[in-house]
Amino acid sequence: SVCERLETLWPENHSTPHHYFFGVFQILHTSNMSQEAVNGVPCRGKVLTLDTMNPNVKRVEYAVRGPIVQRAVQIEKELREGAKKPFTEVIKANIGDAHAMGQKPVTFLRQVLALCSYPELLEDNKFPEDAKKRARRILGACGGQSIGAYSASQGIECVRQDVARYIEKRDGGIPSNPDNIYLSTGASDAIVTMLKLLVCGEGRGRTGVMISIPQYPLYSAALADLGAVQINYYLDEDKCWSLDIKELRRAVTEARQHCNPRVLCIINPGNPTGQVQSRQCIEDVIRFAKEEHLFLMADEVYQDNVYAEGCAFHSFKKVLFEMGPEYSSTVEMASFHSTSKCYMGECGFRGGYMEVINLDPEVKAQLIKLVSVRLCPPVPGQALLDLVVNPPQPDEPSHTTFMKERTAVLAALAEKARLTEQVFNTVPGITCNPVQGAMYTFPRITLPQKAIDKEAGQVPDMFYCMRLLEEEGICLVPGSGFGQREGTFHFRMTILPPTEKLKIVLQKIRDFHQRFTQEFS
Amino acid sequence: KWSERKVTIFTPMSDQQETGPTMRRLSQLESVVLWNRARQIKRELKQGVKKPYREVIDISWGDPQGGGIKPLSFVRQVLAACHYPQLLNSDKLPEDVRQRAERLLKECAGRSTGSYTATQGIPYIVKGISEFITRRDGGVPSFPNNIYISSGSQWSLQVPTSLILIISSFFFTGVLTPVPCYDKVNMSIRELGGVTIPYYLHEDQGWELQIEELNRALESAKGVCNPVALYVMNPGNPTGSLPQRRSSFSWLMSEFVSYKKVLAEMGPPISETVELASFHSASKGLIGECGLRGGYVELVNVDPAVMEYIYKLFSTDSCASVPGQIALNLMTHPPQPGDPSYSLYNEVIMTITQLMRVFEVLNSVPGFSCQPVEGGGFAFPRLHLPLNAIHKAKEAGMQPDEFYCVRLLEESGLLVNPGWNFEQKEGTSHFRMNIMIKEETLEGVLRRLVSFHTKFMKEFS
Repeated sequence: SVCERLETLWPENHSTPHHYFFGVFQILHTSNMSQEAVNGVPCRGKVLTLDTMNPNVKRVEYAVRGPIVQRAVQIEKELREGAKKPFTEVIKANIGDAHAMGQKPVTFLRQVLALCSYPELLEDNKFPEDAKKRARRILGACGGQSIGAYSASQGIECVRQDVARYIEKRDGGIPSNPDNIYLSTGASDAIVTMLKLLVCGEGRGRTGVMISIPQYPLYSAALADLGAVQINYYLDEDKCWSLDIKELRRAVTEARQHCNPRVLCIINPGNPTGQVQSRQCIEDVIRFAKEEHLFLMADEVYQDNVYAEGCAFHSFKKVLFEMGPEYSSTVEMASFHSTSKCYMGECGFRGGYMEVINLDPEVKAQLIKLVSVRLCPPVPGQALLDLVVNPPQPDEPSHTTFMKERTAVLAALAEKARLTEQVFNTVPGITCNPVQGAMYTFPRITLPQKAIDKEAGQVPDMFYCMRLLEEEGICLVPGSGFGQREGTFHFRMTILPPTEKLKIVLQKIRDFHQRFTQEFS
Repeated sequence: KWSERKVTIFTPMSDQQETGPTMRRLSQLESVVLWNRARQIKRELKQGVKKPYREVIDISWGDPQGGGIKPLSFVRQVLAACHYPQLLNSDKLPEDVRQRAERLLKECAGRSTGSYTATQGIPYIVKGISEFITRRDGGVPSFPNNIYISSGSQWSLQVPTSLILIISSFFFTGVLTPVPCYDKVNMSIRELGGVTIPYYLHEDQGWELQIEELNRALESAKGVCNPVALYVMNPGNPTGSLPQRRSSFSWLMSEFVSYKKVLAEMGPPISETVELASFHSASKGLIGECGLRGGYVELVNVDPAVMEYIYKLFSTDSCASVPGQIALNLMTHPPQPGDPSYSLYNEVIMTITQLMRVFEVLNSVPGFSCQPVEGGGFAFPRLHLPLNAIHKAKEAGMQPDEFYCVRLLEESGLLVNPGWNFEQKEGTSHFRMNIMIKEETLEGVLRRLVSFHTKFMKEFS
């Protein structure tokens, strides 16, 4: 009868009977009597307190911007105010932000963005023709010919068409339908959107999502926020962080006892580990996903960042289709890409997309509705994405400069990846796997027992990283922020600082590690 | 066979398999027919199909630039210079543009608009927003720590909303929302697992928000859900109303007063206890940069322990779009008198005359009535449809105003937003139209509208 009442009062709410339980309402009305606000105003009577807050949020952590970074920002402030420290600047090697570390934006990309922002510049003969051509095309596809107009929620149609063409070219001709492309505010936005669709059920039927350990903490944060069950599968550190199907099977079998596994997330190239999956491995994963009836989420934002000899990027979609219709017409998948990484490093523009494969048409209709709630992704980011998938061709004026800049960025990263592995492996107590791809190194550190026991309240690798920050002004993220095997410790460092600075950073970490080990021996 | 079923099953298979009730409730909203038909007609026109009009005028969204209004030069010059600093080397751009771009670039890591920013936004820009708010509210202090910039205000709405809504199998958490209401707000609340508790704005009194009605709505929630929040929109969307009572035409003199200001003026204890989140955006107002996605939330009297979690939630999205953040800065700190760009910046986009024209026309045609548009950039006229039309709509499986809007699109090329999408009092029909458009376009719109309406009313009389 309550449901009927709900229906008549608010017909749009469409309630179902098993969602009601009267007595429980009382819990929410107890105000938090024991909490006093820092500013002295009693919290008695506050509607939103830790106790009344959505409990899922309590489990949300995002180490990349967590407490160590907040301390780093504080130290920077102290330095600006003239505080004396053993260093003059904080090196923020915690976040994959290339431009912040001095990488120059690619000229062509910025020229077109300037033209799109202020179209009067189309009259300026200092801009090359190919940049103007692209700007005109993008503006022509925008409402009122302006990047200040809303776009369709799924993204500007001609950009989606260009993305589809890019994917086809990249994947050796395998068709890509623009209707399956959803532009997004960075790849993170699309990842969370897909998870929102996938996570449902209650109790033992609650959706389980498989994610690697270690992983990029957006996944663990999103799963916590959505109240999904996180199913960890461990990458093998001794085998260069490789993925083992036996381990996947162990994880999913165990998980079936307490949840409903529906999703398998893979980051390739990996974050924080940088491992690049072999083609065989990708095939095995796809086979596994089909056998276990899992939705595949392939996070491929680092697809241009591949450095190691013998490693190559293979897109999940390409491999899926090369496995034939038995797989390509059944396995459901979403692949993600972004303008924040690769050679562009344009994090601030929040450009990205996902391509969905074999998604139920009814679900696609709901997906459009879901993305429309935030109206549309930032149009400058969409424009930027269009340039990434539509770069200057060999017969165009900007091609030479563009290729020169692109090659230089990727070559520098490859060199820094090699240098990092080499230096870290000379330090007793630090072991570093080859940085095959992406932008990070995730070395294992051996901590003396005394250091582990020292800070009861603080996780050992956080303690280590905090000390490093305070003594050397280098900001890294402790491995505990990404997940690691019990009893092991790591940190994640970006390989983004300019080579000369990176050499100094590596040296400082080497010296610090030796001091630290000495102190707690 | 189980193995042949798709993973992303949507309709509930069983109690255990049910997808979030949130997703299903989302699916009940919005008129898909109209948007699909609009897309189709635009394509047909491009292919040269003959119609009684040459183009579709889309006034269904609140998008000034989409409606042909040119962006402000100062804003676009600064953005171009920030993205491509080589432009600062010449004298082509005005002095104040170059200075502002330099200042902003100084605040970007690596002097690049492509770097991530601090989670809350570039500190210089956030501080600017707090100054703007303080100035706007006659000195009521605003603290940068309480401000979060996001890629559009809808995003910043979702963060505190997701904290306050609890998804449970045993009860619903409710948010009081106005009827009619901007559809994205209701969708957000439902997507996040809450229910909306409707309170009806009083149409005949200029869409007034009446306290008795708020109480009635709250009363109706007893025993059904747990109300935790009240959502108000000021100026209203789609109604364009401001929350003050006034007589006939004195609404022309009405001024925006923020909820925060009034809260502060009410003094303690209420000014220190009522928890408030205020949202603003660079998508509307003079600047109208919808596509850049710049919005912010200011949180007042929120428990500091909870603020830490708000920070965490925002941090998982990294940061707001940098062009959007820059747009906000240009909105809060426009050129000042004496600056080279000042005069250009102050050409008012929408004149009072336009507002009056809309009000006049819509109230002079039988079958239309419209409350005064005091702000907000939309008109939300009421349709008094003949019974025959309502029956025809039912036959076609559509809501009456949806049916009207589809016919309006087909016959006159005007695309507006049916009132059904915003929820409205049972038995009433409306549509929402964007009036933040060029004056000539508005004339064309009103002409097409009146001509169609007269024919429609005759056909179904």
